[in-house]
Amino acid sequence: MILHELLSYEILRVIWWVLLGVLLIGLAATDGFDMGVAALNPFVAKSDAERRVVINTIGPVWEGNQVWLILGGGAIFAAWPPLYAVSFSGFYLAMFLVLAALILRPVGFKYRNKKESPVWRTRWDWALVVGGAVPALIFGVAVGNVLQGVPFTLDETLLPIYPGNPLSKLLGLLNPFALFVGVVSLAMHIAHGATWLVLKTEGAVQARARRIGSWAGVLTIVTFALAGVWLAFGIPAYQFVTEPDPFGPSNPLLSEVVRGGSWLDAYQTRPWIAIAPALAVLGLGSAVVLMRLWSGWAVTASMVGIFGVISTVGLSMFPFILPSSLNPSASLTVWDSSSSQMTLFIMLVSTVIFLPIILAYTSWVYKVLWGKVRPEDIARNPNAY
Amino acid sequence: MEFGLVELSRLQFASTAMYHFLFVPLTLGLSILVATMETVYVMTGRPIWRQMTKFWGTLFGINFVLGVSTGITMEFQFGMNWAYYSHYVGDIFGAPLAIEGLMAFFLEATLVGIWFFGWEKLTARAHMFVAWGVAIGSNFSALWILIANGWMQNPVGAVFNPMTMRMELVDFYAVLFNPVAQAKFVHTVSAGYVTASIFVIGVSSWYLLRGRHIDLARRSIAVASAFGLAASLSVIVLGDESGYEATHNQRMKLAAIEGMWETEEAPASFNLFGIPDQEARETKYAIKIPYVMGLIGTRSLTTEMPGIKELVAQAETRIRSGVIAYDALLQIRAAKGDVTPEVKETFEAHSADLGYAMLLTTVVEDPKLATDAQISEAAWKTVPQVAPLFWSFRIMVAAGFFMLALIGYMFFTSNFRGGRFPTWVLRVAVFAIPVPWIAAETGWFVAEFGRQPWTVDGLLPTALSVSNLSIWDVVLTLAGFVTLYTVLLVIEIKLMLAAIRKGPTHDIEVVEAWAAKRRPVAKPAE
Repeated sequence: MILHELLSYEILRVIWWVLLGVLLIGLAATDGFDMGVAALNPFVAKSDAERRVVINTIGPVWEGNQVWLILGGGAIFAAWPPLYAVSFSGFYLAMFLVLAALILRPVGFKYRNKKESPVWRTRWDWALVVGGAVPALIFGVAVGNVLQGVPFTLDETLLPIYPGNPLSKLLGLLNPFALFVGVVSLAMHIAHGATWLVLKTEGAVQARARRIGSWAGVLTIVTFALAGVWLAFGIPAYQFVTEPDPFGPSNPLLSEVVRGGSWLDAYQTRPWIAIAPALAVLGLGSAVVLMRLWSGWAVTASMVGIFGVISTVGLSMFPFILPSSLNPSASLTVWDSSSSQMTLFIMLVSTVIFLPIILAYTSWVYKVLWGKVRPEDIARNPNAY
Repeated sequence: MEFGLVELSRLQFASTAMYHFLFVPLTLGLSILVATMETVYVMTGRPIWRQMTKFWGTLFGINFVLGVSTGITMEFQFGMNWAYYSHYVGDIFGAPLAIEGLMAFFLEATLVGIWFFGWEKLTARAHMFVAWGVAIGSNFSALWILIANGWMQNPVGAVFNPMTMRMELVDFYAVLFNPVAQAKFVHTVSAGYVTASIFVIGVSSWYLLRGRHIDLARRSIAVASAFGLAASLSVIVLGDESGYEATHNQRMKLAAIEGMWETEEAPASFNLFGIPDQEARETKYAIKIPYVMGLIGTRSLTTEMPGIKELVAQAETRIRSGVIAYDALLQIRAAKGDVTPEVKETFEAHSADLGYAMLLTTVVEDPKLATDAQISEAAWKTVPQVAPLFWSFRIMVAAGFFMLALIGYMFFTSNFRGGRFPTWVLRVAVFAIPVPWIAAETGWFVAEFGRQPWTVDGLLPTALSVSNLSIWDVVLTLAGFVTLYTVLLVIEIKLMLAAIRKGPTHDIEVVEAWAAKRRPVAKPAE
């Protein structure tokens, strides 16, 4: 098959780097508000009727939204196998915590209303808080660690090695900068969840969501900016000593990397990327303002903000994807940790065909479900959560 | 067996996969049954069919959630616990998993919400299409997963790249139309349909025994037994097809299932019963049925089927060839690819056996220094534990034929005897509810345990596929998964039983009014 050589290996790698970003943004923009809503629930809804309203705003859509995560896992496996191997085994216990939280979440939605007992329901409410807040926090912590580099190396057969015992590895991830990025992520998800509740609810729940959400939005902007300052002065970046060949084989050990410089140097060499942090602040800021105006457009603004935040990280680090602090030369970059050209091409064709279809039926579902969720709708639908 | 990192990782994968597969088969079959019932409702407008749709839909929903939740673990744990596997074959294996998400899983998961929440927001017809979307999504999902799994059993369309130290895709069509994957797909989804049929028949039989929801139960049995009859025939035929395919690529698995140590003269007999003895390398007290194995495996009376000992001898040859490839690979790696064409040619000539040299490294550190005894030891490692395979396979087959008989009887009585089921048959049907799960779990056990010592047959030994983790990493998560999953399973079963005990809660008055109106008319017809 010669077809897959229609696009050069270099271009395919860049496209898949962009698509990696698209998947992460898709996850944060859709599943992100599910997480935010689940984490906010007991704080914005006091009575059982109110809590059911909150849960049912995401009831029909969380399953679809969660697929962004599963698809993200699959796409990283297919397009960036070394990244999949290193990060999933390296962040082992953190991944387990995310999984445990994510397993609790769907069953919480589905099983909460199966019994009348208030103890049963309150217990699931808190399980849902964990299921929403823990992944949101850990995703941020992961990004914080990626920016600093992660202590892994590759042996000569390219086996990923991540030394340490379970506890030291987990605690190593929970360093101050990473936790700070975790706060950015948690605040961002909570603000995003709040914009969704402003759109989908009324009355007291909406008012509480608006109050908490606008504070969370402001907190996101402030911590995002402070993280940038911290990055500029406290966190060294990674640089190539010998550049890898963008058309070369995917073997990270073929290039040499050292620690040095700052991720913010990218803004001098590629000034146009400043648009990403600008969008982040603009989007999040508008979300706060729109929420204060009781507007449902806050969701869209918040999505723009999320787009900006995630793009900022990706563009600042390009072409690095997962630097290694233990052996910088083992760092994974766009040029040396992808799948083969043929696999990237086939995956691209599948994406080009199916992503528009996914977006079409997903939008149709949101359109069908358009409008506020009210207690009387829930009473009428025996399938409601 | 010593319990190290490899064994713990295997145990974790096996338990999470087997948990996951408690929910998958019911999803596969029930999604189609529910969509069928809804279609009948849309076509006839009879409220009983809507009630059936919603009732079975509720049970479907409880089950679906756990299928989704446990599925996330499956997608993540290749990277978590099998990092070298992920690196080594991700270029091929990752693609079907990702396409599954794009093409199938997104569809079923997005539509399932609107199915439950959309009864009042959609027209009856649109709602029915949503049901079919969920069913098609679930089944396509199985297709891609089994393409991935089929590749582990029969790794086609890929070659080893010495520069990246991994297998890389060269022929996507071969992976897609892998005969093993196709046979496995039909076998597995059919098994799912049988599971759902037995489930629906069992629950309905319980209602009939109790004299409850007669209209719902009879119709459900009629639909489920027709669907299940076709499916159980398909399971058996495609199971046989899998056996035939295994003759070509996984002869060791087949010989182990059969407990066949020596090569028999064609056509080989089938061991109905026996006690396989791994140490003595023989199957004691074998009760043989002549010809059967030869016919299943080769579909001929003259083709010979190799026994375990002959296959071990072949493995020895491949190990020796693999060592040559290994040696050439070391030279290529040391020179970063800058070697003479002779070395490259040597490598290419023997690279298909590289996995066998990797298997040898589990016996001796440097394969080039291996003694004949060590090579023989490694060759014997290609033999999986025979007894567990031998028995699981027979349990699976027995369960399959039992279900065929039960479903066949229900179908016959439902269609030609006016649905007058004897009480004892209804009791059997209730107690038969766990049988399809036993068949499904033993079936997966045969498929995956029988693939040992490889994760990818002949390419990558299991012992080398694991992540570089500490034992405690895996112990902690294994305990965590087992606890979490067990709690959820208990809750799920309780909720299922509660929903079954409660019976249909939808359209009660409408259905009663409809039934009252047609009863006097319907009676003489019976």
